[in-house]
Amino acid sequence: MELKTYFEYLLVMAGVTYLLRTVPFILLKGELESRFWKSFLNYVPYTVLSAMTVPAIFYATDSRVAGVAALVTAVVASLFGRGLVVVAIVACLTVLGVDGAALLLQ
Amino acid sequence: MKFSKGVKDGLPIGIGYFAVSFAFGINAGSLLHSWVLATLISMTNLTSAGQFAGLNIMASATGTLIEMAVASLFINLRYSLMAISLSQKVAPSFGTFKRILLSTGITDEIYALAMSQREKVTAKYFLGLMVLPYLGWSGGTLTGAVCGQILPDMVVNALGVALYGMFIAIVVPAMKSHRPTLVAVLIAVALSFAFKFVPVLSEVGAGFAIIICAVVASLVCAALFPIDEAPAKKSQEAR
Repeated sequence: MELKTYFEYLLVMAGVTYLLRTVPFILLKGELESRFWKSFLNYVPYTVLSAMTVPAIFYATDSRVAGVAALVTAVVASLFGRGLVVVAIVACLTVLGVDGAALLLQ
Repeated sequence: MKFSKGVKDGLPIGIGYFAVSFAFGINAGSLLHSWVLATLISMTNLTSAGQFAGLNIMASATGTLIEMAVASLFINLRYSLMAISLSQKVAPSFGTFKRILLSTGITDEIYALAMSQREKVTAKYFLGLMVLPYLGWSGGTLTGAVCGQILPDMVVNALGVALYGMFIAIVVPAMKSHRPTLVAVLIAVALSFAFKFVPVLSEVGAGFAIIICAVVASLVCAALFPIDEAPAKKSQEAR
């Protein structure tokens, strides 16, 4: 990617994000009343994260099998109540394990 | 409220941010081939999901600036909601100029901590609160991007799923404890598969696909299962 393109994208991303935080912080008083829009905004982080994760995690590593295995072990670790870092480590170790096994079987 | 108390309160957030943005740094470094450019994204944005979606749009051949603007808008819209409620909570001395300088500190975690204080939040305390998270976030990305360049390929390949692992660790507990969130996530994932594999839909750019998945799933669940309490109150109770 060209440097100029990078900075155009960066400016748009950082600019929009900054304005979203700053404008209401300076201008608005009073709570958002609508129960519908409050609920909508409550769901957004979870739906964004899940849409970004699946199926992208399958393509995040060199092998599809390792990606699927990482999703499964990460979900299981989360269900057991493990925190962010532990779940991330479990996912990474799964990929290492699957890749290692594949190397041994070759 | 003192600056030093803010710094102390912000420490756990800073450590957590370092870990998450280390994972972001691995992905950003490998997509942008530069640890400087990767770190600059974290220094100017301070938002996990928004940055990651932005990175994908930058890296995809079809990503447009409009897509970037719309994706940033929807993914980060919740910060506006937090900014509105935080503006009720800050001390009168926290004036417009200070708000312009410090508004970048409005993230899910810093916001939740600021709202959980008994007293009115002063600009000094808020600045203290955001210092270590900001350093942790920027430094983590830097460390991750540099490690991505020096570690063996097999390890970097494995670290590529770290950020997804963290996303899973955020989403799964909410799915487990709140049935409507489970439904919202399943709808979003089903749509996400459709955008990947259904012929016409798979031509839609990555950024727009994420926006459509998230907005549709959230709208459906907001209509079917409205939530009574604001997210802010929930995270306060969780503390």
